[in-house]
Amino acid sequence: MKYLDEYRDARIARALAAEIARKTTRHWVLMEICGGQTHTLMRYGIDELLPGEIEMVHGPGCPVCVTPLETIDKAIEIASRPGTTLVSYGDMLRVPGSRTDLFRVKASGGDIRVAYSPMESVKVARENPDRQVVFFAVGFETTAPANAMAVWQARREGLKNFSMLVSHVLVPPAIRTLLSSPRNRVQGFIAPGHVCTVVGYRDYEDLVRDFRVPMVVGGFEPIDLLEAISMLVGQLEEGRAEVENQYVRSVSYEGNLPAQRIMAEVFDVCDRKWRGVGSIGASGYCLRPEYAEYDADRIFGLEQVTAEEPAECISAEVLQGLKKPFECSAFGTGCTPQMPLGAPMVSAEGACAAYYQYRRHAAAVTEER
Amino acid sequence: MAANSGLAGGFFCPVPVPSKDIVLLGHGSGGRLSAELLRDLILPAFDNPVLGRLDDQAVVSVGGARLAFTTDSFVVQPLFFPGGDIGSLAVNGTVNDLAMGGARPLFLSVAFIIEEGLPMETLRRVVASLREAARRVPVEIVTGDTKVVEKGSGDGIFINTSGIGLVSPGLELSASHARPGDRVLLSGTIGEHGITILAQREGLEFESAIESDCAPLHSLVAAMLAAGGDFRCLRDPTRGGLSSSLNEIAAQSRVGIELDERAIPLREEVRCACEMLGLDPLYVANEGKLIAIVEPAAAEPVLEAMRRHPLGAGAQIIGTVTDEHLGLVTMRTALGTSRIVDMLAGDQLPRIC
Repeated sequence: MKYLDEYRDARIARALAAEIARKTTRHWVLMEICGGQTHTLMRYGIDELLPGEIEMVHGPGCPVCVTPLETIDKAIEIASRPGTTLVSYGDMLRVPGSRTDLFRVKASGGDIRVAYSPMESVKVARENPDRQVVFFAVGFETTAPANAMAVWQARREGLKNFSMLVSHVLVPPAIRTLLSSPRNRVQGFIAPGHVCTVVGYRDYEDLVRDFRVPMVVGGFEPIDLLEAISMLVGQLEEGRAEVENQYVRSVSYEGNLPAQRIMAEVFDVCDRKWRGVGSIGASGYCLRPEYAEYDADRIFGLEQVTAEEPAECISAEVLQGLKKPFECSAFGTGCTPQMPLGAPMVSAEGACAAYYQYRRHAAAVTEER
Repeated sequence: MAANSGLAGGFFCPVPVPSKDIVLLGHGSGGRLSAELLRDLILPAFDNPVLGRLDDQAVVSVGGARLAFTTDSFVVQPLFFPGGDIGSLAVNGTVNDLAMGGARPLFLSVAFIIEEGLPMETLRRVVASLREAARRVPVEIVTGDTKVVEKGSGDGIFINTSGIGLVSPGLELSASHARPGDRVLLSGTIGEHGITILAQREGLEFESAIESDCAPLHSLVAAMLAAGGDFRCLRDPTRGGLSSSLNEIAAQSRVGIELDERAIPLREEVRCACEMLGLDPLYVANEGKLIAIVEPAAAEPVLEAMRRHPLGAGAQIIGTVTDEHLGLVTMRTALGTSRIVDMLAGDQLPRIC
């Protein structure tokens, strides 16, 4: 595939790995924010190419993983009601709620449909005027423009049977929370390339200034990540702390301005709870008051739904980079992608699931088959 | 504002949801959930050594002859797709399950479960396709059944086929026969059937057409066996894809399997479609490909025999059976690193064959 194979080239990868090894004089702890980046690191075994001094820890950037339990419960409640259709990204279906998951609601007769784009849910609403159609809008800044567009379009068409269950999260407040923790070990960040494609990287300059920590906006292919790591190590070794952009083929300083306009038109910033993390101020999007009639929370009277998450696993430490998934006693035994105990095992982009799926042989974890 | 409340304090996790009380779509995916269903419910009920081999077909001795016997049900939507339809799939799928036991296909049964309201013309086309596919093999359809269910109780048409074939004396193929040192051969490019079905279902269009690879593999198998050498196992990687078949072999033979990522043939269109849809082609279904595990000395002659056959023209040696990481499939990536090729819990794509 043109424009993609170049970023998976083994020769370039080895050259970059050698360059990183040459630059590195001491131990550095780096975090990739985005679950997509974690997935690439694990899938391509990039940790095997890095010198021992570079420790990669894995950030909270998996939207499926961090969607709070109560939001899953709300989606389950909506999908269980007669006359409603829930449209969702596929990965949300097997995320466990308090008592069940959407797959099981579907198996019991709930009308749940998987979509690749939120606009498909607007189409479903248009074609089924007798049903209440709800789109389950999760994700970071990346999916926000398309979700905003769906609501905007529904209002323009005057659809009365369409609404959105919004659980959007924002990256910079999560990084700020992480850096503010007294237990933080992370010395450099690979910022999420897709998020920055939408919103640019102005916000990351504030983080760099406030915490004096280097950040490199990185892509998602093996060469992107190795290059971003090389740039981070360069900054750390030279004592610099700046925002640099590795993912120039997609990310500009300002980001995608039309996308930002539609987001601002439809969404307000609000506090948001993160599964496995807790509540973070001003870390999410919700619908603006003008769009309240499209708010599934309000339409279905679910504002009061809450769920307590029992403390079972070490996802806190994993998401902060304090522990590796391997170091959890439940990893691969009591906790697997099939029976996840915690957020990072839920989606393929979660750190624990990525370790389980691609790397557990490296840790000599044997599994009873 | 509730900033910073989470990270310094306690972290919370959900309780897992057991999936033992109702049947999920994932139980039919060919992945881990399917394997559990077999292990926990089906095998204990019908426990016997032939079934316990968990091969694609049973091989039984009857009056001195070794018969292969198999059955398969077909529930694909859409019923007609580029490269095939539910009729040709129902013949080829069962012929292939026989062929993977090294059997020459002899007879098939066909049973239809039809939803009322199905256009007669659709049924006529399906029957014509069944007839044509059987003629090509050739295999005779010697018995069958027709049931009609109420509107809403089916999905147009479901087909079950069973098949009987004859296995040559001395040929013992099984997923439990792989040994360290054996080579893993693949007959051609992967993922075409699954991507074709998905593209049809989702209304996706690609610049160049992708077609299902639906084909009967018995003549390719015959050509391979004629090349000689010790064959351990043949498998057609249908639902669950290459990964699920290899994981089953690794588990049943208690060996490791190491693949070479660069050796696995993949059409550019399939690679692009998978990239776009976020799918891994290793898990996407095939309907006209086979995996062969053979002794090391047989690898090259068998590969040559495959490449001389039209259905094996793109054959490659894709890996080796090892005595490391027992029960796991690993892959040497294009970057020279190593990773696991896991069996999925449930579906990557719902209901494709």
